[in-house]
Amino acid sequence: MTRTAHQSFDPGLLIIPAFALLILLFVIPLAWFFVGVFAEEEGVSAVMHRFIDVLSAPGIVNALITTNWISAMVTALTLVIGYPIAYYLANNTGWRFALVLFCIIVPYFTSVIVRTYSWMVLLGRNGTINQALLSLGVIDAPLPLLYNKMGVLIGMTYVLLPYMVLTLYATMRGIDSNLVRAAYGLGASPVYTFRKVYFPLSLHGVVSGSLIVFILAIGFFITPALMGGPSDVMIAMLIERAVEITLDWTSAAIMSVALLAMTLVLYVIYYRVTDVRRMMGA
Amino acid sequence: MAQQEVQAAPSHHATDGLGTVSLQRVTKRYGEEAVVDDISIDIRSGEFFSLLGPSGSGKTTTLMMIAGFANVDGGRILVDGVDITTRSPQARGFGMVFQNYAIFPHLNVFENVAFPLRARGAPEADIKRRVGDALALVRLERFADRFSRQLSGGQQQRVAIARAIVFEPRVVLMDEPLGALDKNLRYDMQVEIKEIQRQLGMTVVYVTHDQEEAMNMSDRIGVMNRGRIEQVATPGEMYERPVNTFIGRFLGEANLIEGTLQDVSSAGAILRISHGLVLNAPSASTDLAGKKVHLFIRPERISVSAPPADAARPGTNSVAGQVRRRSFLGNVNRYAVTVGAAEITVDIQNTGGPGFEVGDDVALTWAVADSLVLGS
Repeated sequence: MTRTAHQSFDPGLLIIPAFALLILLFVIPLAWFFVGVFAEEEGVSAVMHRFIDVLSAPGIVNALITTNWISAMVTALTLVIGYPIAYYLANNTGWRFALVLFCIIVPYFTSVIVRTYSWMVLLGRNGTINQALLSLGVIDAPLPLLYNKMGVLIGMTYVLLPYMVLTLYATMRGIDSNLVRAAYGLGASPVYTFRKVYFPLSLHGVVSGSLIVFILAIGFFITPALMGGPSDVMIAMLIERAVEITLDWTSAAIMSVALLAMTLVLYVIYYRVTDVRRMMGA
Repeated sequence: MAQQEVQAAPSHHATDGLGTVSLQRVTKRYGEEAVVDDISIDIRSGEFFSLLGPSGSGKTTTLMMIAGFANVDGGRILVDGVDITTRSPQARGFGMVFQNYAIFPHLNVFENVAFPLRARGAPEADIKRRVGDALALVRLERFADRFSRQLSGGQQQRVAIARAIVFEPRVVLMDEPLGALDKNLRYDMQVEIKEIQRQLGMTVVYVTHDQEEAMNMSDRIGVMNRGRIEQVATPGEMYERPVNTFIGRFLGEANLIEGTLQDVSSAGAILRISHGLVLNAPSASTDLAGKKVHLFIRPERISVSAPPADAARPGTNSVAGQVRRRSFLGNVNRYAVTVGAAEITVDIQNTGGPGFEVGDDVALTWAVADSLVLGS
């Protein structure tokens, strides 16, 4: 390659393979699916009718409510559990930091199915936890930890926790430790400093992490399918059922559009939040 | 600073005798190494005291121990006679100005300055009044709603100062507060900080590596080097009578002419330097007789004239030399003159004359009383 060729090389070209992959494997099949399904309907108004019919069917409304409720709960749980872990990571170095980070990241590399089955072993009626509690005499009858909302929440919180921790950690690492020191030096107690300085400065991470976890949670399929009960039907499970069992591809497409729309709205919010953070110079 | 703003400032504890800080044999170790080694300083009420030293001298560590951010490994720190060595930083009640301002980015100027008051649970009306006063003092009244990212470096520095004084602490600690500002702004801020300190009468402990800054602002300076205090003195005293060669070199320009000290008496001494040359030296400790010492003399205390050198009159030195270099510094001409094997720097006020050229033979003259014998 000549010198001029080197100079005229546009680094923007490097993104082309990624774009091509995305379009080939994601945009085209999705468009194919939607076009194929909706082309069978007669005209736009018919499609609109199908939309209203499908999205107002009681089963689907229930699934949407359940999906949002479970996602919100999981988001709250990952936040409550993840915040102290991220704080610990951001304020420790050396082997303690490495150990905690290892414990957070390694499960991340394991298949979701494997992790979910592991939880089922732990949580089942005759699972490890119930047997331990029974033999200790803490409880008289096994606790219902599996095949209900509790099971779904435990499983999903576990799977999504690393996303929350790592997002919070990234924000917390960016907090200037001099600001905390300044607050102490100016007479603020540790609690006051946390409430008025540290937490507000970590708020971007809280919002970003919550949005990421929520976005991932609303599309969850494996964990609620394996660990939930009959009433814990999430929207992704209905889509799968429509495609695989009832072969009602139109309903599947409509539910997919609804899910995609929700995700995009949340993504826009996420984008705005991170944009604001850039504006704040944090 | 305008007169009216001066009067708007709170000035209630100018001379109440409080705000003394006493370091007694304070030591800080990191592993085996003592980064602050057995230092004792008594800082007076209302004094502007600077800790001056090169980086790694332990000055910032000393300030952090006073502030409570670094543990004291030996010795005690007293404030107004009360031992605070083991108190938490927030219980010490100092005002603090940090190196990179440490302005809270999520709070506006008003809330930043109000922070120490809110942390102490001050009533809202009180907060309004005091923040208003503090902002007036640093001339930032019109910037109360701004955020730090909307302020210049000098303005951020003013916010940091207002925040440190708003709760009227007896003692304010400042850690290289002007380090990030450019030179002209630095000088203005030095004057401004000094003015605020004079009005409020608080004690200031100020850390800097900039000797001009320390000399300009301080009532007294403590020069630190390798974890020890080398000298504590007023700027004038330290400049005129450094206790050792380190201080002499560190504060301003200095000639340190090496030689062997002889004939030490109460009237004076003789310094034998290279090439059989002999200089008159002031009286010194008899312990130094026969030893290698340095004769300390400031470049501006030496005069240059055309040769020949006068026969040395008592009380003066007059030696022949040759100009090796000439640097034009604007207000002064700086000559490097070789005398024997020694090179002596001389600053001559630029009064418009032609001066001397490189290669000229000259005579250097100075009063013995302006020089000082410093042990090696």
